[in-house]
Amino acid sequence: MEIKWYIFLSLVLFCIGIIGALTRRNSIIVFMCIELMLNSVNLLLVAFSKMHLTPVNAFGPAMATSAQIFVFFIMIVAAAEVSVGLAIIVMLYRNTRSIDINFLNRLKN
Amino acid sequence: MEITHILFWFLSALAIAGAIGVIASKNPIYSVLCLVIVFFAISGHYILMNAQFLAIVNIIVYAGAIMVLFLFVIMLMNLNAETEPVKNIYMKMAGVISGLTLMIVLVAALAHSENANVVMRAGTSIGLTESLGKALFNNYVVPFEISSVLFLSAMIGAILIGKKDSATEIK
Amino acid sequence: MDAIQLIYLVPLLPLLGFIINGLGRNALSKSVTGFIGSAVIFLSFCLSVWIFFAVSSEGFTTQNISYFNFIDVYKLHIPFEFQVDQLTSVFLLIITGVGFLIHVYSVSYMKEESQSGFGRYFSYLNLFVFSMLILVLGGNYVIMFIGWEGVGLCSYLLIGFWFKDHANNNAAKKAFVMNRIGDMGFLLAMFWMVSLYGTVSYHDLYNSDNGIITALSTINSHAIVGITLLLFVGAMGKSAQIPLYTWLPDAMAGPTPVSALIHAATMVTAGIYMIARSNILYSLAPATLAVVAGIGLATAIFAAIIALKQNDIKKVLAYSTVSQLGYMFLGLGVGAFSAAVFHVMTHAFFKALLFLAAGSVIHAMGGEQDITKMGGLGKKMKITYVTFFIATLAISGIPPFAGFFSKDEILSAAFAQSPVLYILGFGGALLTAFYMFRLMAMTFKGKFRGTPEQEHHLHESPAAMTVPLIILAILSAFGGFLGLPELFVNDGNEIDKFLSPVFEHSKQFIIIKEVPQQTELILLVVSSVLIIIVSIWAWNKYKKYAPSVSENGLVKAIKNKFYVDEIYDAVFVRPYRSLSTFLNNVFDKRGIDGIVNGVGKTVNYGSRQLRLLQSGQVGSYLLLMVIGLLILFIIQLFTK
Repeated sequence: MEIKWYIFLSLVLFCIGIIGALTRRNSIIVFMCIELMLNSVNLLLVAFSKMHLTPVNAFGPAMATSAQIFVFFIMIVAAAEVSVGLAIIVMLYRNTRSIDINFLNRLKN
Repeated sequence: MEITHILFWFLSALAIAGAIGVIASKNPIYSVLCLVIVFFAISGHYILMNAQFLAIVNIIVYAGAIMVLFLFVIMLMNLNAETEPVKNIYMKMAGVISGLTLMIVLVAALAHSENANVVMRAGTSIGLTESLGKALFNNYVVPFEISSVLFLSAMIGAILIGKKDSATEIK
Repeated sequence: MDAIQLIYLVPLLPLLGFIINGLGRNALSKSVTGFIGSAVIFLSFCLSVWIFFAVSSEGFTTQNISYFNFIDVYKLHIPFEFQVDQLTSVFLLIITGVGFLIHVYSVSYMKEESQSGFGRYFSYLNLFVFSMLILVLGGNYVIMFIGWEGVGLCSYLLIGFWFKDHANNNAAKKAFVMNRIGDMGFLLAMFWMVSLYGTVSYHDLYNSDNGIITALSTINSHAIVGITLLLFVGAMGKSAQIPLYTWLPDAMAGPTPVSALIHAATMVTAGIYMIARSNILYSLAPATLAVVAGIGLATAIFAAIIALKQNDIKKVLAYSTVSQLGYMFLGLGVGAFSAAVFHVMTHAFFKALLFLAAGSVIHAMGGEQDITKMGGLGKKMKITYVTFFIATLAISGIPPFAGFFSKDEILSAAFAQSPVLYILGFGGALLTAFYMFRLMAMTFKGKFRGTPEQEHHLHESPAAMTVPLIILAILSAFGGFLGLPELFVNDGNEIDKFLSPVFEHSKQFIIIKEVPQQTELILLVVSSVLIIIVSIWAWNKYKKYAPSVSENGLVKAIKNKFYVDEIYDAVFVRPYRSLSTFLNNVFDKRGIDGIVNGVGKTVNYGSRQLRLLQSGQVGSYLLLMVIGLLILFIIQLFTK
């Protein structure tokens, strides 16, 4: 399998995520689109990890292994992010009775 | 055509269809379910690339935990109704156009890159739990431990933000 | 001790006086101020006398004393240096000597001033003398230019001394601006010299052994004609020649002793000095010399005609100064440099005397300057009358008074050049005699035409004012004997002999034809007789002056100074002003202001519009982020 197909797949997923984030006003869906973008990047990282397989050397694990560990950490961070982000959305809903992203314009002032 | 190729195209189509479902469906519940489908498809890709550990983690963390969290929130707030106000049509157009343009630009740029046709190695053992676990607990043990601190702080943060504003009430 | 080594004290003392009087104008009493102001000039005068003797001793060669590097840039080195030679020492004597008398006179003349005004006046006066001393002592054109600008500044300050009157300020400004026009010529000439020769030092340029200019022998080369013409523009401004003379009559706005100082000892003689100093340069450019002579002659006659019909005592004297300066330039122009310097000297005596005596008259008349309102003052003010009379005889060129010899020397040099110059010059001299005797007669003879109150106050001025008058009168009467023509005494022209080392070199290029002695004698006798006849005629005509109403057009034109001021106003000032207004309205307000304000407005408008981007809406931020990303990608990926 050539690497380019994975690249194109993750690009498509990533851009769908972007389009969703740009076009939807429901903050939960925007949030989900961001998760989608994260996952597309994860996919690409894993694909790249299979691209070149350098042998394990004296200084540490092979780059391929590092890439997958990297994906693992991204998942960790995403999980943490989702917990906090959802808490924020809950609070937003509680305060405004809406989860419309346009209500999040307090940054303006 | 090999079975892996068939599987690749099938999973890709599934992922893209799911992704489109996420952004297209009016009901957030459907969005979540579509996203779960995407995650499963991506996990399938992981397995295809012999990265079993990540596939499992992806299912557990994303499809299992995160999406359930999303579902919880949506259901708790009773958002399954199509309450979303219609966004400005021009903004929508601009979003779609810019997103598609970005995609085209990147595809066009990367399609001709010299490494685009490198064939991926198959059948290696680096994606297995054993080798990843060794790397994780030998070389990445400190970040791993720090990630637990991150989780703790995320937890505290989530509780602090999510609970009712009792501090002001006490005052 | 060598006097030359103390030369720096000559300008330093007046500077000291300036500083003390300037700073202490509120603290020092008037008598102290007056004493300091006069004493420093007197000490300078004594030093100048000493230097004069040192210079006139046997075996004196031109001394060049360099103190420090004034301008030191790359290849250009302009030291602060003094040069002492015969010409310098003559000017030093004139400036400090006449200057001192004017200072003494001022103590009495200005005693009505307030204490601080008195101090201010004396500090300016000292500064004036200081600047003029720097001008004549300077060893290069840059140092001369310092003094040159200094006298310009001091004239501005002193003409506008009574600055509460707007007319005085305008006169001061006029003097300053006119001088600036001339200064521009001087500056350009200096730049040209620097670019051509790399130095402006007299020593390097005119040294008789290896001077740059001295070594030249090409006549009328473009550069030298250009430089000399530009220098002459400077002299025109400073010495009030056509077309830049109009400031001098207006300079009468200042106190009368200041006019005396400007007209006699300092300032206006600067142009003469400069050309005399550059005589070698000028002698290489006969074309310029012809211009100098022409302009000098034209000025001499033109100013004399205007003076005929002026009724302000100081204005008459002012135009006579312009006219006499014209003679000096005529002398320079025909190559009679020493005659011009001689005339500077005698002119300093009698013009200072005239002004101081006029000041005495004005003082007695309580500020009245109009001679139609005077008359019969001779009986009341004997000393003033007599001294004024002597000065008038001197300026008119009646033998054996000072002006006769100097003017005659210039005119005979002009005759040698061309009889036409002589006849025109002599015509001017006749006019001079006429207007001076008219002035005399109207002021001192006939019946008093002022108010009875003024008549009651008429009195002779105090001794501090009359003593300088007497001294100057003696000098005016006998100063001419320093330059007796060959005709009377063999080797009698002391001043010419004294100055000959300075002008020696230029004699190679300018040949003054010897006028046969008989011709010279005839000319002398005829001219003297004619002048005396004209004088007596004017005297008799105006002795019993009564105001008349009838005026024909020419008289009116003369009275209005040929409308030169008005012509300048119409030709230069108004177009310039309307051009300025035009530029102000169109270029400045629309163009430059438009650009400046436009930048401001654009930024303002742009920020106002850009502010809308800061909607605070996450969606639009995201969109912009994506667009930015897109642009970056396009730049990064497709522009290689």
